[in-house]
Amino acid sequence: MLEIHGLDAWYGPSHVLHGLSLEVRAGEILALVGRNGAGKTTTMKAVMGLIPKVGGSVRFLGTELLGRPAHARFPLGLAYVPEDRRIVPGLTVRENLRLGLLRAPRTIKEGAAIAEIAETFPRLAERLDQIAVTMSGGEQQMLAIARAMIARPKLILLDEPSEGIMPVLVEEMGRLFVSLRDRGVTLLLVEQNVEWALNLANRAVIIDQGAVVHESSAAALRADTEIQDRYCAV
Amino acid sequence: MTSAFAALDLELIAMQLFSGVALGAVFVMLALGLSIIFGMLGIVNFAHGNFFMVGAYAGVFVMERTGSFWAALLVGPLMVGALGLLVERFLIRPLAGRSPDDPLLLTFGLGYVLVEGVRILFGSDGLPFATPEELSGVADLGIGYFPIYRLFVVGVVALVLVVLWYGLERTRLGLIVRAGARDPEILRVLGIDIQRLWLWVFGLGIALAALGGVLAAPMRSVNPEMGNVVLGEAFAVTVIGGMGSLMGSVVAGLLVGIVVSMTALVAPEMASIAMFAFMALVLLIRPQGLFGKPGLGV
Repeated sequence: MLEIHGLDAWYGPSHVLHGLSLEVRAGEILALVGRNGAGKTTTMKAVMGLIPKVGGSVRFLGTELLGRPAHARFPLGLAYVPEDRRIVPGLTVRENLRLGLLRAPRTIKEGAAIAEIAETFPRLAERLDQIAVTMSGGEQQMLAIARAMIARPKLILLDEPSEGIMPVLVEEMGRLFVSLRDRGVTLLLVEQNVEWALNLANRAVIIDQGAVVHESSAAALRADTEIQDRYCAV
Repeated sequence: MTSAFAALDLELIAMQLFSGVALGAVFVMLALGLSIIFGMLGIVNFAHGNFFMVGAYAGVFVMERTGSFWAALLVGPLMVGALGLLVERFLIRPLAGRSPDDPLLLTFGLGYVLVEGVRILFGSDGLPFATPEELSGVADLGIGYFPIYRLFVVGVVALVLVVLWYGLERTRLGLIVRAGARDPEILRVLGIDIQRLWLWVFGLGIALAALGGVLAAPMRSVNPEMGNVVLGEAFAVTVIGGMGSLMGSVVAGLLVGIVVSMTALVAPEMASIAMFAFMALVLLIRPQGLFGKPGLGV
């Protein structure tokens, strides 16, 4: 579904990704783990077209993404939940959700889509007309996920969704991801919470210093504590 | 005797207050465009006053050809707005990703180009712009007689404000604009071509300045330098209201109009510096302006 080949990325003069290659397969949850600074967030941003200087190839459903403007991705069915959530200040919960529908397929009707989201996220349903940034961090994270999935994308990139969220919400989020996968949505999950991510994922990829160093089923990596310690220890 | 004088004073003050609102209405047009462009594109448009001037000349141009003030009022700002689209697309956009000083210097230089361009096309001398016949004369407001044209200006600006408010708060495009002012990157992630949005926002801001120019033309003299004076005024209003705040532009525009007009009543020689004294006072109390957010960098 998403094929990344020989991806290079630079932040100013510093070379962050070094020929990174990985594949996200349709219908799976792929966990992308590794130390802080290994290049996980950069990989996602590069896929989303948010890093000016990149090289290599990123193909989504056969379409080459590199060289296309950032806004060309969402209409293809590629959604992104950034690490800092990016809930827009000054807008209500409902307005933030409407932002997720601006480039939705015409078959998706705003009222029905928001009602469906409200059913999935009862906490948001109660707060639709509240200014979104006044909610708790966990609720804002739920909103960021809701905004990314409301237009029914095919693939969602999630950057550390469990970060700073209370455990009960993290569990709830895990169930949501599994149910999304069961409905055919593919997820690429970047996580520091390795144990949680490996429990949800089908497969796992470890990156270190901007390149892939390990690739296996999530179960195999879960069992291999030596590799986990070598590449994922903080 | 005493009470008669008091009544007269009150009447005078009320009339002067209304003059201030009419003066402020033009400031509002200027400050709105300046503020929208700054809030969305992060550009301090030093050519804004000159686009106001070009608007007045576009009004003269259309009026000479059609003989209709209404055509001038409508077509003039559209012509200048289209010029604004070209400026954004071919002059400002190529500077994207460079130092924020570059667009500022560009608009600064562009201002001079506009002045010289108008001198070449229309000459250096001022041009007359007669108040349209159907809007000349005075109206009895109950408290006194007031020029109809100034009432008209206040009405047009009020109408523009209502349309802008509705567009921003009640439409899909307005939602995109409000979100784009706060976080352009997430809009790109959600599939919005933010550069196309900036193009139209710049054009809108310029068209508003030009509309201010056409509206002001019968009240001020139309000459190539008229934009330089109003630029200072527009900046003062925008800073008082808070850079990037639309509500701030409206409130500050009217306040400044009233302050200038009231100062003219008690100390006419102080009128032109009154707005800057007012600006200094506001900034002493609220450095971010009346409606500005603290910490907003230029």
